[in-house]
Amino acid sequence: MADGGGPVIELTGIGKVYILGKLKVRALEEIDLTIEVGEMLAIMGPSGSGKSTLMNVIGCLDQATKGRYLLRGIDVSRLNDNRLAEVRNREIGFVFQSFNLLPRITAVENVELPLIYGGAMGSRRSRAARALEAVGLGQRIHHKPNELSGGERQRVAIARALVNDPAIILADEPTGNLDSRSGAEVMKIFRRLNEEDGITVVFVTHDPDTASCTRRLVRLRDGRLTSDEPVPEEERLQAWRAIETTGVLHQVVTDGTAR
Amino acid sequence: MVLLDSIRMALAALLGNKLRSALTMLGIIIGVGAVIALIGLGEGVQGLVTDQLQSIGSNLLYITPGSLSDMGTGGGSGGRASLTMSDVEALNNPFNAPHVGAVSPDINTFAEVSFGGNSKRVAVNGVWPNYPAVRNVTVAYGAFISQQDVSARSTVCVLGPNIARDLFGDEVPLGNRVRIGGVPYTVVGVLEGKGGSAFADVDSYVYVPLSTAQMRLLPLRGRSGELGVSTIYVQATTEAEIDLAIEEVKTVLRYQHRIGIGEDDDFTVINQADITAIFGNITGVLTTFLGAIAGISLIVGGIGIMNIMLVSVTERTREIGIRKAVGAKRSDIMTQFLVEAVFLSVVGGLAGIVLGWTVAVQAGNLIEGVTPKVTPETVLLATGVSAAVGVFFGIYPARRAASLNPIEALRYE
Ligand SMILES: Nc1ncnc2c1ncn2[C@@H]1O[C@H](COP(=O)(O)OP(=O)(O)O)[C@@H](O)[C@H]1O
Ligand SMILES: [Mg+2]
Repeated sequence: MADGGGPVIELTGIGKVYILGKLKVRALEEIDLTIEVGEMLAIMGPSGSGKSTLMNVIGCLDQATKGRYLLRGIDVSRLNDNRLAEVRNREIGFVFQSFNLLPRITAVENVELPLIYGGAMGSRRSRAARALEAVGLGQRIHHKPNELSGGERQRVAIARALVNDPAIILADEPTGNLDSRSGAEVMKIFRRLNEEDGITVVFVTHDPDTASCTRRLVRLRDGRLTSDEPVPEEERLQAWRAIETTGVLHQVVTDGTAR
Repeated sequence: MVLLDSIRMALAALLGNKLRSALTMLGIIIGVGAVIALIGLGEGVQGLVTDQLQSIGSNLLYITPGSLSDMGTGGGSGGRASLTMSDVEALNNPFNAPHVGAVSPDINTFAEVSFGGNSKRVAVNGVWPNYPAVRNVTVAYGAFISQQDVSARSTVCVLGPNIARDLFGDEVPLGNRVRIGGVPYTVVGVLEGKGGSAFADVDSYVYVPLSTAQMRLLPLRGRSGELGVSTIYVQATTEAEIDLAIEEVKTVLRYQHRIGIGEDDDFTVINQADITAIFGNITGVLTTFLGAIAGISLIVGGIGIMNIMLVSVTERTREIGIRKAVGAKRSDIMTQFLVEAVFLSVVGGLAGIVLGWTVAVQAGNLIEGVTPKVTPETVLLATGVSAAVGVFFGIYPARRAASLNPIEALRYE
């Protein structure tokens, strides 16, 4: 896909209507949202406000019923099924609240999946292993999901999202099912990906402290964008300090036991 | 994605559910097994029969009383015979029938044959001395019925090897007297075995002079009181002239029997080709029948696979969603499920071949003379058909899996 200098994601007048029999559910209405390369932003909103729908549209898992979505300058509505699959495979890494790992296969095999579908040959296994090392799971690559903790599972899912070097990471409530320590781990990984690798990170959260880790916070209500504001620097630093502390505690605990 | 990955994924999925996979294969295993066993046995039987038909000799004609539709009812049991000794004489006359060689009349009946305490009801044939040459049998020891025996209506007999063993065990039959229908006959010879037959136990036949049989066992009489016979064997002078010989036989017998123009024959002339054709018809019908059974069982097996694949697609909706979310294309999902279905049917087919083969061999051991044949063609065909069944019945579930919307699939509980 062409890498223009413009915004990586550009939504204009996006609407999404679900039709349930006679009932029409307007999950998204008139969404205008532009996200620049290398941004990290949080989406908040009450349950049912359309956050997941928006993430799915951005992630090309679902298509909007109205409006225009340019992904790196390309109109997604023009893409056919196969091209959408390629976009999901290469351009975007998606992280779910419920991990969505395949239960029967090991962590490294789960991480390998995007490589398989991307047609990568040869070094797949080692690339998958490296992605797991990058999220601190180098020792756990042959574990199956049910042999891992929630936080570890989510890190496997992040490794899977990363393995094809995507430009964007989308995460729908990635910390929603995690304890605060694991949540902090995930946030630290996101920050590293964003700051060191320049990956654009968009995530949904219910937790205001987690949301404050970003520079930009977008709020949804009833399918509409109600606010799009920068996070005050002071608030952001404080949020990170809280996360670092959780992280330090975690470090101490794991240093003392596992390693 | 490459096919190898699809195969690996399919294998992992099937091995993750071994019992279900095995049960799903069962339909195909039984279907293909039945086909292989039946075809194997069928070919074995056909081989045996073909051998026996060929041993008849292709220049031999059977003349039996009655038309083909009431074949075998005309001369079996006493009373009026439509074939008589004067027919035999007429056929033996080279002026009447220049392309007819040897003529060998035969009386066929059943009688109680006994020696000491042993007794058995077997087929007894009244024959001429040229019978061994015409019917391709060989005397193992002793001699066959002689012209003198026929002229003198001697009470002598020749035994087939099985009846000889049944009556005498290890004793030497030659010179002993057996009772046939209560009358003592001296055993003058024992024949060599011809092997089990699909039609009759020829190795248990007992032979006596034709004239003796006509007097003592089956006193058939023709219209004008002359002696009758059950069957007349006729050899054409050469194999190439068999059609001429048939025409001559028909002309002679129609004249003999005073059959008017336009009236039907009251006898039937059969040659090896006719028998082969009749048998070919029977095997044709059988093959069609077996084919139908095979088809039905494979369809049933295929439906079993389709059913389980549909269940599997539903159960794995979430898995499909996950795969699509990380970049699986329709074709990837399609291939994965199709490979699973084909794998089930092909492995089932191969297991069925092994099963069918085993059954055929075991059954062949039980039936004397039948060697089941499982040819590479049959094996290839069974494998190919199984694979086709897998594709045919796998395509719908696979398509269904492939067309799932990723988000709906992920939301599926
Ligand atoms: N597949 C669907 N079919 C029908 N309605 C849906 C579907 N997905 C979401 N919705 C509806 O759309 C609205 C937004 O849902 P969602 O995006 O999941 O909200 P959130 O993630 O903010 O909780 C809700 O009212 C929900 O019921
Ligand atoms: Mg949601």
